[in-house]
Amino acid sequence: MMEIAKGTGLRIDRAPNTGIRAKAAYVCKLLWRDKTGLAGLIIVLIVITAAVFAPFLSPYDPLQQDLRSAKTPPAWTEEGDMDHPLGTDNLGRDILSRIIYGTRVSLTVGFFGVLIACSIGMVIGLISGYVGGLTDNIVMGLVNMILALPYLVFVVFIAAILGRSLLIVILIFGFTDIPIFVRITRGEVLRIRESGYIEAARSIGAGNGRIIFRHILPNLIGPLITIATFEMSAMIFYEAGLGFLGLSVPPSVPSWGNMLSTGRQYLTIYPWIATYPGLAIVFTGLGMNLLGDWFRDVLDPRLRRIKR
Amino acid sequence: MQRYILSRLVQSAGILIGVLLIVFFMLQMTGDPVSLMVSRNASPEQVEALREELGYNRPVMVQFFDFFTDALTGDFGMSLRHRQPSLKLILDRLPATVELAATALMFALVIGVPLGLLGGSNPNSFWDIMARGAGLIGQTIPNFWLALILIVILSVHLGWFPTFGRNTWSLFGLTLPTRSVVLPAFALGLFTTGQIVRFVRSAVLEIKNEDYVRTAYSKGLSDRNIYMRHILRNASIPLISIIGVQFGYLMSGSIYIETIFSWPGLGNLLAEAIGNRDFALVQAIAFFTSLVVVALNLLTDVAYGLADPRIRYGD
Repeated sequence: MMEIAKGTGLRIDRAPNTGIRAKAAYVCKLLWRDKTGLAGLIIVLIVITAAVFAPFLSPYDPLQQDLRSAKTPPAWTEEGDMDHPLGTDNLGRDILSRIIYGTRVSLTVGFFGVLIACSIGMVIGLISGYVGGLTDNIVMGLVNMILALPYLVFVVFIAAILGRSLLIVILIFGFTDIPIFVRITRGEVLRIRESGYIEAARSIGAGNGRIIFRHILPNLIGPLITIATFEMSAMIFYEAGLGFLGLSVPPSVPSWGNMLSTGRQYLTIYPWIATYPGLAIVFTGLGMNLLGDWFRDVLDPRLRRIKR
Repeated sequence: MQRYILSRLVQSAGILIGVLLIVFFMLQMTGDPVSLMVSRNASPEQVEALREELGYNRPVMVQFFDFFTDALTGDFGMSLRHRQPSLKLILDRLPATVELAATALMFALVIGVPLGLLGGSNPNSFWDIMARGAGLIGQTIPNFWLALILIVILSVHLGWFPTFGRNTWSLFGLTLPTRSVVLPAFALGLFTTGQIVRFVRSAVLEIKNEDYVRTAYSKGLSDRNIYMRHILRNASIPLISIIGVQFGYLMSGSIYIETIFSWPGLGNLLAEAIGNRDFALVQAIAFFTSLVVVALNLLTDVAYGLADPRIRYGD
C-alpha cells in the first residue's frame, strides 16, 4: 500500500495494521516481489520437511548395511539403478536415506545452537548496552577478545577435549557463538536508547522495565532474526567440518559431516559418497543465506540502502 | 598516532593474556596429560616419576605462573608425543602454511577485486550477477567439500594437479611454490574471494554517489580515470582491514584443506596432534595462531590508521 507521508513528500511502503491475515498477505507480497527470498524460503522449508518426515521420505533405514549392494553408483550412471537413486556407501547404506536423516543432525545443531547463543547473547548485550559504563567496557572487552581468536582452532580444540556427542556439539556452538549476538544486541540497544521515542517514553515517566520490554525488545527482533539465520547456516557448516575431522556426532549417526569423512577415504574410486552430502550442505546453506538476505532487507529497511 | 598505537598495543597484550588463561585451563580440562603419555602397563611409580619430571604434580597456580612466564620467553612447552619443544614443531610447519595462505589471498584478490569493481560499476549487468553469485558461492560452498570435488575433477580425471602434498623448487636459495599449491589455495581462498567481491562491490556502489566523484565527472574526467584514481583508491583503504582479517582467517582456518591435501602446515599439525591426543601441542598451536591473528589485527589497525586520518583522530 503506497501512500505519501504527510508533509515529508516521501513515498512510504506501510504494512496495513489490520489483523493477521492482512499482515500475512503483506509478507506474501514482499516475498513474491523478491524471488530470491522466496527461493530461500522454499529451500529451507524443503530441508525442514526432510528432517521432520525423514522416516516417511527415506527409502531405506539409514543404518541398514547391505554389503552385496555396497558402492553402487548413483542412478544416472550406467552401472547405477533406481533402487538407490544416489548410490550406496562403502557399507551398502543408501546415501539418499542418510542425507535425509542427516538434515536432523544439521538442523538440530543449527537451531539449538542459535537458540542458546541468541538467548544468552541477547540478555548480556541488553544489559551491556543499557547499563553502559564499566559493565559495558568489561563485557565488550571480553567479546572483542573472543572474537579476535582463531575460531576454528578453538572449536576443534574444545571438541577434541569434550568428545563426540550431539549435546556437546550443540553446547560448543551455542556458547562460542554468544559474542556475535552480544555485539549485535548491544549495538542496536545503544542506537535505540538514543532515539527520540525512548526519550519521549522516559519523559512521560516510563520505567526501565517498560522501556526495555515495550520499546527495546520488539526492535531487537528484526536484526536478531537476520543474524540468527546467517549464524544457523554457519553452524551447519562448522558441524559438518567437525564431522569431517571425526570430532562431531558419533560415527554411527548419519550426519553430513560423517558422510563426507567416509567419502573422503573412497574419494578417488567412489566419488559419489562424498559428492551428495556436500551438495546437501550447499543447498541448505544457499537457502539460509538467501532467506537471511531477504530478512535483512525486509526487517531492516535501513540496510536496504547499503545492499542495493 | 602514537597514542593510538599504544592503546592498541595494550589491548593486544590484554587479549594475549586472556588467551594464555583460556588455553591453560583448557589443557587442565583434558585431565592428566601424563596418563595419556605412558603405556598402559607402566607401574604407578614410573607414572609418578614422569609426573614429577614434567612438573604436573605442582599446584595449578604454580603451573600457570610457570606456563605464563615460559610463554613470555617464547617457550610454549613440550609436545607430549614428539618429546620436542612445541615451538620448534610449529616453526617447522609455518612456511608451508604461510605459502598456502598467501597464495589463497592472492587468488582472492586477483579474482575478487576486478569482479567486485565490474559488478559495482554496472549494477544488474552480467558482471554484477557474476559478482553477486561469487559472493553467495563463497558463503555457501564449504571449502572442505570444494577441495574434494576439485581433486576428483582436476587431479583424478584431468591430471592437471597433484592430488596431495607440497612440492617446492629452489631458485637462488629461495623456496618457491609449484603448482601443487594451486588447488589447496583456491579451495581455501573461496570464502575470502566471496568476502572481497561483496566488499568491493558495495564499496564501489557507495563511493559512486559521493560528491567528489560527481565533481570528477563534472570536470570531464574519463571513466577509467575516475575508477582508478578516485573510486578504487578510496575503496582500498577499508580493503586493508578486510585483507588483514582474512589473512588471519586463512592462516588459522586451513585445518580442513591441509588435512585433505596432506599439506605439511600448521593445520595438519593440529589435526595430527588432536588424533594423537597430544593436547600440549594443541595448546601451543592454539596460542601461536592466536598470537599471529592478534598481531595481524594490530598491524592492520596501525596501517589503517596511517592510511586514513579519520581513524587515528577519531578516538
